[in-house]
Amino acid sequence: MADTQMAPSPDSSPPRRPWGDYRVEIIIGHLLRFGTILSATIVFCGACIYILRHAHEPAAYRSFRGEPSDFRTIPGIVASALHGHGRGWIQFGLLCLIATPIARVAFAVIAFALERDRLYTVFTLIVLAVLLYSLIGSGLQF
Amino acid sequence: MTILTFTVAVALVAFAAGLLGSLTGLGGGVVLVPLLTFFFHVDIRYAIGASLVSVIATSSGAAAAYVKEGFSNIRIGMFLEIATTMGALLGAYLSSWIPTATIAIIFGAMLLYSAYTSRRPRPPELRNLPPDPLATRLRLNGSFPDSDGKRTYNVQHVPAGFSLMFVAGTLSGLLGIGSGALKVLAMDQAMRIPFKVSTTTSNFMIGVTAAASAGVYLSRGYIDPGLAMPVMLGVLGGSLFGSGILVKAETKSLRLIFSMVILVLGLQMLYNGIWGKI
Repeated sequence: MADTQMAPSPDSSPPRRPWGDYRVEIIIGHLLRFGTILSATIVFCGACIYILRHAHEPAAYRSFRGEPSDFRTIPGIVASALHGHGRGWIQFGLLCLIATPIARVAFAVIAFALERDRLYTVFTLIVLAVLLYSLIGSGLQF
Repeated sequence: MTILTFTVAVALVAFAAGLLGSLTGLGGGVVLVPLLTFFFHVDIRYAIGASLVSVIATSSGAAAAYVKEGFSNIRIGMFLEIATTMGALLGAYLSSWIPTATIAIIFGAMLLYSAYTSRRPRPPELRNLPPDPLATRLRLNGSFPDSDGKRTYNVQHVPAGFSLMFVAGTLSGLLGIGSGALKVLAMDQAMRIPFKVSTTTSNFMIGVTAAASAGVYLSRGYIDPGLAMPVMLGVLGGSLFGSGILVKAETKSLRLIFSMVILVLGLQMLYNGIWGKI
């Protein structure tokens, strides 16, 4: 985010934000990495349970059936993971993975709002709304 | 094939794709879907769902490294993400309407285009461009550290870049790929953003774009845990391993080999799509 206001324009001197842009970026970068590692760990744990239980069953992906609701909706996935199902854990890990960039955009909304950058607060809110609609809203019709 | 052998084989292929994708900078996601459909006989919709998940993983996993370089422009990223996420949502919805054979044809065309752009030299960087009124209003112009001090840049052709990013988002949502080739077209060619800035900014955008369609894919039942698991772990492992090792010398021939692979897979995808074999 550093130095994006170099171009001389009338509105190029907003109040400096409390922390340096670059530092915020570094923190967010580490958060993204942490989210990815956490999701991968959950997926890996689920994989171990899944393979131990189903190793010798045939793999069937040739025809598309669609997943059962246990693996499609957020409540279904959480319930399945809580029951200790391997595939429920994997799906929960994937859910965390999808949530990671969404959290990143949510942080950007806060950063722009603290900076009193109204235009970019609105822009990031639009992006956040699209992401939340996709994750939560699109599933409501089922 | 039993689940054990299937999982191990898919994870190995995904690892190789992630490794080659990160070493060559061409991205691993683009070869995953054809490999899964041709060699593992996976339905293309499951393959696209799994590939999408791996795209999010590699983008977020690499973010920390990219941020340290300090070239990314968050305003350009956020502004263009309005286009890519809306496109991704459209693409995800289209994917359940468009017949799989048509998706395969679009995929094949995209692969051929990626192979073509990977062989073509990058567009020359034009320096000292005049400021564009719209880009200035949106405060998209920026600067980054260069060998000779600080280099400022002025973003050009905002509407063209924004529209192209919408198309890139739609293709990303429809095909489950990062669509880096189209992003280069939009950011480097149309908007004239310096290479260093566009690469790091687009990496950060890819994960957000993929997340926008992943939600729809998840709720439609396209993301299968048994398939997405080895794909995601394999690609992530491969790309992290690839960014950790320094084999700069052989990148040129690797790029050639990898773009040939993309070309062959693209032709195969077109053939299968046209003859309805998918």
